[in-house]
Amino acid sequence: MSDVGADLKRYLRSPMMPTVWCPGCGHGNIARAIATALDRLAIDLGQVVILGGIGCSGRTPFYFNTNAMHTTHGRVLAFATGLKLANPRLTLIVAMGDGDALAIGAGHFVHAARRNIDLTVILYNNSIYGMTGGQQAPTTPFSFRSTTSPFGSIEPTFDAVDLALAAGATYVARTTTFDFAEMPELISEAIRHPGFAMVEILSQCPTYFGRLNKLGDAPDMLEYERDHTVVADEEPNQAVEITRQDLVGNLPVGVFRREIRPEYVQQYAELSRGRGGNYGA
Amino acid sequence: MRLVQGNEAVVWGALASGCNFYAGYPITPATEIMEYMARLLPGRGGVFIQMEDELAALGAVIGAAWGGMRGMTATSGPGFSLMQEHIGYAAMSQTPCVVVDSQRVGPSTGQPTMPAQGDVMQARWGSHGDRPALVVTASSVKEVYDTTRLSFEWAYAYRVPVIILLDAVLSHMRENIELPVLPASAELASPSGDPELPFGSHPFMPFSAATRTIVSGLAHDESGATRGSGIGTANEQILKGAIRQIENDAPRLARCRADRLEDAEWAIVSYGITARTARSAVDLLRADGVRVGLLELHTLWPFPEQIVQALAQRVRGMLMAELNLGQLVLSLRAAAQGMCPVSGLGRADGELFTPEAIAAAMSAEIRQIEVGGRMSHHV
Ligand SMILES: Cc1ncc(C[n+]2csc(CCOP(=O)(O)OP(=O)(O)O)c2C)c(N)n1
Ligand code: SF4
Ligand SMILES: [Mg+2]
Repeated sequence: MSDVGADLKRYLRSPMMPTVWCPGCGHGNIARAIATALDRLAIDLGQVVILGGIGCSGRTPFYFNTNAMHTTHGRVLAFATGLKLANPRLTLIVAMGDGDALAIGAGHFVHAARRNIDLTVILYNNSIYGMTGGQQAPTTPFSFRSTTSPFGSIEPTFDAVDLALAAGATYVARTTTFDFAEMPELISEAIRHPGFAMVEILSQCPTYFGRLNKLGDAPDMLEYERDHTVVADEEPNQAVEITRQDLVGNLPVGVFRREIRPEYVQQYAELSRGRGGNYGA
Repeated sequence: MRLVQGNEAVVWGALASGCNFYAGYPITPATEIMEYMARLLPGRGGVFIQMEDELAALGAVIGAAWGGMRGMTATSGPGFSLMQEHIGYAAMSQTPCVVVDSQRVGPSTGQPTMPAQGDVMQARWGSHGDRPALVVTASSVKEVYDTTRLSFEWAYAYRVPVIILLDAVLSHMRENIELPVLPASAELASPSGDPELPFGSHPFMPFSAATRTIVSGLAHDESGATRGSGIGTANEQILKGAIRQIENDAPRLARCRADRLEDAEWAIVSYGITARTARSAVDLLRADGVRVGLLELHTLWPFPEQIVQALAQRVRGMLMAELNLGQLVLSLRAAAQGMCPVSGLGRADGELFTPEAIAAAMSAEIRQIEVGGRMSHHV
């Protein structure tokens, strides 16, 4: 995030810089896009909490000038659920890794989406476990290498968009760090969305995923992202069909769902009022 | 006066303490706590949520604390094991919360409906690393209520997860108690502290527009910073401070009840549901002219070392009765420092002791000591 312009500096917590991220890591591009989105939305930073799980991605909360929670591996959405219910005025942005959200934390991810609780998950998908040194993730594409699939992965690749849609997330989008202009747009839209929103962002990990799979350095990996994604039709439900294609080939990107469905905290407030309580008043 | 179930007493104690957030996952024999909360909290303006597992339950409680609500959860063995990672997180992040573990026979699924006291060491030492620990128990429904009240007070005073150990019998037992008139909804004093120093020996201050707190399970200093060459030392300082604060206050925190110990030559030490049986065992032995008394522990951690030492100096022997295969007896023996022999009586088959069994074990110990024999560990 060293290239962050003066305009975005006020969103960042300068004493925490430099970040832990390797040079060329896509996670920095995503953090920059979050800062840009916050700037565009002009939200009061005192009302924002950025949360993270454990992983390179999970370090995001440290770098923002907001209240922050860096939690446990996979379980950040449980903390976020409690926090949001306790103080519904807060805007929650939750940074999760692909291992974080789809392996150890898949159960929490499914239920936060099902409840449609109002928060935004940014899923940093680098197809690998970055922080622990390049092990296989549920997102590691079939036949790709990691330190724990040294002969190529024999497992089917997991699709976060599919999971989010099936679990009932009401805003679901995917983009890549190559699409630097689209990232802040989707993130802003997700933050504004009144319900569980997920933006999956394909992110480059040159240090492990790139090196182990001979994909070159960061610029090569960005091109790789460009060449292996297709822009899904803007008509949301058609896009769902495309995601069932071979993920090693072309991964659809775009917005897959925008839906308004009763949000959990509001549902709870109604329940409380119905029982004579003043929750959320 | 009303007939109140042990689990219900937890709920009343919590509500009277301003608890307004409950997240849980059903498990016998703790489930009624969650069911009462589900009925009561919405109408009181509090939050009830059933989470997807116990890690999530405690995670939500911790998140809620930082959002300004007073939270608790309740579980039993298998769920308590799952919660260990977040008990450590609460300790590391100095987040006040209350966790009830209604013990059943373990390990694993064990005997879900049968009482045990096999989690006393896990309650102290569970979760990796070193942490301050406050663990309390009770032996009557009234005490469950009082203990729960105290637990919330301590959780906030010391910024720790306080663990309440019950068991399958106490949770489901009904006794007449006086319940308080609860205010319609809890008014909590708004917290104040230094937003620059959210950790260490500072009051707990939830997130607000004035704070920019970073809550993390990573080692950190008082400001919450997690980097820099001195972080290991700074973090150790915070943990040592928290541990020392509880040690220093141990005389106040070490709650127990002495029963017929004034003239006692022998002491039974027990806690929780077993202490009730031990009281009857003392009756039996006293009727036989044995000068025995009972030390009933309410606070298990910090372990009441000073009280035990004072007792060990003046009795000829002690017996620890507990529903496990020998856990707290280890701490009792350590605290007695060889000043008197200490033996243990344990079982983990899902049954309670009979007063006769405890009395017999005490008599056997007395006989052995009087003939100068060696101590055995009856399990
Ligand atoms: C309970 C637990 N298990 C394992 C770990 C070790 N660990 C830390 S980060 C991580 C994986 C990170 O991968 P991902 O979620 O994809 O995030 P990334 O680093 O790639 O951004 C693992 C396994 C942990 N911290 N906690
Ligand atoms: S290991 Fe990979 S994901 Fe982690 S910071 Fe380095 S490049 Fe980024
Ligand atoms: Mg990853």
